[in-house]
Amino acid sequence: MSDVKKFMYLNRRAPYGTIYAWESLEVVLIGAAFDQEVSLMFVDDGVFQLVKGSDTSESDMKNFTPTYRTLGDYGVRHMYVDKTSLEAHGLTQDDLIEVAWEDWESEEEVDNIVEVLDSEELAEKLGESDVVFSF
Amino acid sequence: MKLAVQVNEGPYQHQASDSAYHFTKAALEGGHDVFRVFFYHDGVLNGTRLTTPPQDDRNIVKRWVELAEKYDLDLVLCVAAAQRRGIVDDGEAERNGKDATNIAPKFRISGLGQLIEAAIQCDRLVVFGD
Amino acid sequence: MADLYTVNKSPFEKNSLENAIRFSGEGASVLLIEDGVYGAMAGTAVSDLVASATGRKFHVLRADLKARGISEDRLIDGVELVDYAGFVDLVVSHDKVQAWL
Repeated sequence: MSDVKKFMYLNRRAPYGTIYAWESLEVVLIGAAFDQEVSLMFVDDGVFQLVKGSDTSESDMKNFTPTYRTLGDYGVRHMYVDKTSLEAHGLTQDDLIEVAWEDWESEEEVDNIVEVLDSEELAEKLGESDVVFSF
Repeated sequence: MKLAVQVNEGPYQHQASDSAYHFTKAALEGGHDVFRVFFYHDGVLNGTRLTTPPQDDRNIVKRWVELAEKYDLDLVLCVAAAQRRGIVDDGEAERNGKDATNIAPKFRISGLGQLIEAAIQCDRLVVFGD
Repeated sequence: MADLYTVNKSPFEKNSLENAIRFSGEGASVLLIEDGVYGAMAGTAVSDLVASATGRKFHVLRADLKARGISEDRLIDGVELVDYAGFVDLVVSHDKVQAWL
């Protein structure tokens, strides 16, 4: 195994109702300093984490939704969304935020690292990860 | 084999702490190296020495302490989660002007980097949560 | 080698077992712990989840099964009982662990 591990953050909770979505994000942000290969996956209610237009002004909770948009700057290369969950929750990719990624050295750019994948593709991504963090 | 354990839930509310304890104990008894147990979210409540369960119930905190004493186990509470929930050691009391500490012996408070480091260093990460 | 999937939710409460099976490949193992042990019972409305999942090995944690008063003869055929040492062995003998909470 190489020095760099493939980390997968498996997010299956809705935001705001419980702390898990935010705390998962915290680990991703802190983890950026460790230079691992980081991907996020959104399954079940986790797909709600990426819904655009969150406004917490009336609920007095910290709005962490904008933080997802910055994940490209924290070394996150892939954000995978479960197609089955997305459809079951009445959403399409248009409802989700976009996250851009740019490699400052190679100037390689990706407009949106949020990808909707089917079960088989997601299973493959999970399978090839070295560590799965579950929230 | 080198193992890391993550505990996401508080004791008594959820079985996760019990499962994590029994798993960790079995791993140590089986000759494996448990590099670290990392307590996150309400899991940090596993580390208060002020816990007083009824006599006919298990003492979850004491169990961790005894396991750590026997095997020199590294029990780490996430600092941000501990601060939010009022788990305090000497350093935190001084930094944040608190008039008491309540961390149990053998536990220590540190950052999320300890979880990432454990995941990098260990062959397996086992997560217990809700 | 393949992955070990731990499931701790009752299949009547949440779809963790269903999705752990959906994302697990052939050769994977699923370990039912805590309220997840109810997924190992035969004759329930959701027994088919486990009974019809071919190519995967199912295990159930004995301590959690016993605590809930479910006798071994209520288990779906082929589900294997493990103790905590067996849990550790499963962790060691698979590539990694995925907790489906």
